[in-house]
Amino acid sequence: MEELRNKAKELLTAGTVKVVIGYGKGTGNARRPIFVRSADKVSELLFDAGCTQNLATYLTKAEVRAMGRVAIVAVPSTLRSILQLAAERQVREESVLALAVLDGTLKELLTFDAIEQTVATIPDAISATDQAMLDKLTAMSVSERRAFWAAELGRCVKCYACRSSCPMCYCERCTMDCNRPQWIPVASHALGNLEYHMVRAMHLAGRCVQCGTCGAACPVSIPVHLLTFFAEGTVRRQFGQKGGASTKLDYAMSTFKPDDKEEFIR
Amino acid sequence: MSEKYTVSEVGFSSLVDAMVKTEMRVLGPREGAEGIEIAELKSAAEIAKEGQSIVSAKGTVFPKVERLVKYRYEGKNVALDDVQPNAVPTVLFGARPCEARAFHALDVVFNWDYKDIFFNTRLANTTVVAISCTQADDACFCTSVGSRPDDSAGSDILLSRLKSGGYVAEVLTDKGKALMALAKDALQPPPVSPDLVPAATVAPVFDAKALEQKLASKFDSPLWLEQSLRCLGCGACAYVCPTCVCFSIEDEADTRQGDRLRTWDSCGLRLFTSHASGHNPRDKQSQRWRQRVYHKFAYYPDRFKTIGCVGCGKCSRACPVDMNLKQHLTEAAR
Repeated sequence: MEELRNKAKELLTAGTVKVVIGYGKGTGNARRPIFVRSADKVSELLFDAGCTQNLATYLTKAEVRAMGRVAIVAVPSTLRSILQLAAERQVREESVLALAVLDGTLKELLTFDAIEQTVATIPDAISATDQAMLDKLTAMSVSERRAFWAAELGRCVKCYACRSSCPMCYCERCTMDCNRPQWIPVASHALGNLEYHMVRAMHLAGRCVQCGTCGAACPVSIPVHLLTFFAEGTVRRQFGQKGGASTKLDYAMSTFKPDDKEEFIR
Repeated sequence: MSEKYTVSEVGFSSLVDAMVKTEMRVLGPREGAEGIEIAELKSAAEIAKEGQSIVSAKGTVFPKVERLVKYRYEGKNVALDDVQPNAVPTVLFGARPCEARAFHALDVVFNWDYKDIFFNTRLANTTVVAISCTQADDACFCTSVGSRPDDSAGSDILLSRLKSGGYVAEVLTDKGKALMALAKDALQPPPVSPDLVPAATVAPVFDAKALEQKLASKFDSPLWLEQSLRCLGCGACAYVCPTCVCFSIEDEADTRQGDRLRTWDSCGLRLFTSHASGHNPRDKQSQRWRQRVYHKFAYYPDRFKTIGCVGCGKCSRACPVDMNLKQHLTEAAR
């Protein structure tokens, strides 16, 4: 932690970055995102097991972009999000550097290449609990699965905490908000909730870095991350592509290849 | 007009049983998948007597989606079906006092100029039985907004736990009386000096009057940007809030017919107050955060002589990035 604070101090003092986005003390034992903009505040930075939220979501916020170059305290999923955002031309190499804390060691990653090489050494990992849930859902019949999600999504109030916390949900104008025409029912009734979550999962298929921050953000504890995990897992299996591995866009859902193995699309 | 009784634990259960047996919808806090949820109760045993629900009981009188009008095209004419509020007689049983008090903040808006029959009919059909809080957490701040853990404002009946088991029931309104008539056998005279479980300790952290005065000169303060940097711009705070009253009107229609719906809206969301022209007077998150604070703690006191917040702390608990309202207000009141 001292290493992280010293590095942050060095970067801010030298003016290399304008802000360090990291984790700080929250209510009770909680950790919260903090924005450290001067060297005398670096002692507010913390890093421990409670720091799991993917902070990459802040990189595309107008307020953050307006500040200048950013250093971001990164867990593996943050690094993957930076690569995916880079692939989608949402962050510039010169506007962000990552302070990755990997197995308790601080690594300063200045280039996308460095992030890519680091990410390549980190195995993908879905938590045992999430994997067990995915296995359980996959084993269900269609009607059982429908009943499971009807009950879970019945609690949804459409606060969009899942959308807002997701680094890949950066659209300035989300389809969900369109009302002329209204593509998806805006209201939080059964159909509106179901369609929203299905569209979100489809939109993240091949782009999701499986950080689980959306599920953690849900105020009513709906495991919405399982939907995007499943969609992402399907793309990985079927197309051998995955979100957050590279800065080269290789997105199954929107790229066409003349040598596609399926005949119908050629 | 308040009357006091003693209700034993058995009497408490029989009162709930008596309500469930009627045509009334009995809603209350119980443990669910999300934590404590406000749900339809079948028995007294289900009631979570301590701790705050995640989502408030606001939906009892102001549902997250409500149909106001049905319409259909008939040739060149539009036929309107005026939808009536489907207000089932309801008891909100075992709610926290802050939930009961919150209905007033909704009431002043829904009866500001136009009298909203949907809200009014639901409220008229709702009887509120609150239980005094004997536990509070880091997010609670009711004592800073003019309330307390055993506040009876907004309740028809307030139950306070006796150390020896059972409750002292303070019956505050005619609605409360009518409800108590369901289980007359459950009522005994109150003890002369009731030995109550002490109400929760919620230390006041700021002075609401001082906050209101400070806000008058802080509109352009950099504080709002500073506080809202981590805000993600979702609607979690507003949608769990018992007093957030902003709504949107949505038409769900095809070329022949449609429904006009009222849905919850949130100042956290980017499209909040976005005009049809494309202009949005609050197009930055910091402006929307400031609106949240000012609406509740400056505009409400100014217009309605009441605070638009009951200090329940639900927003702080629900926030994915730990925007702690109590801390932010304490900072603003300095």
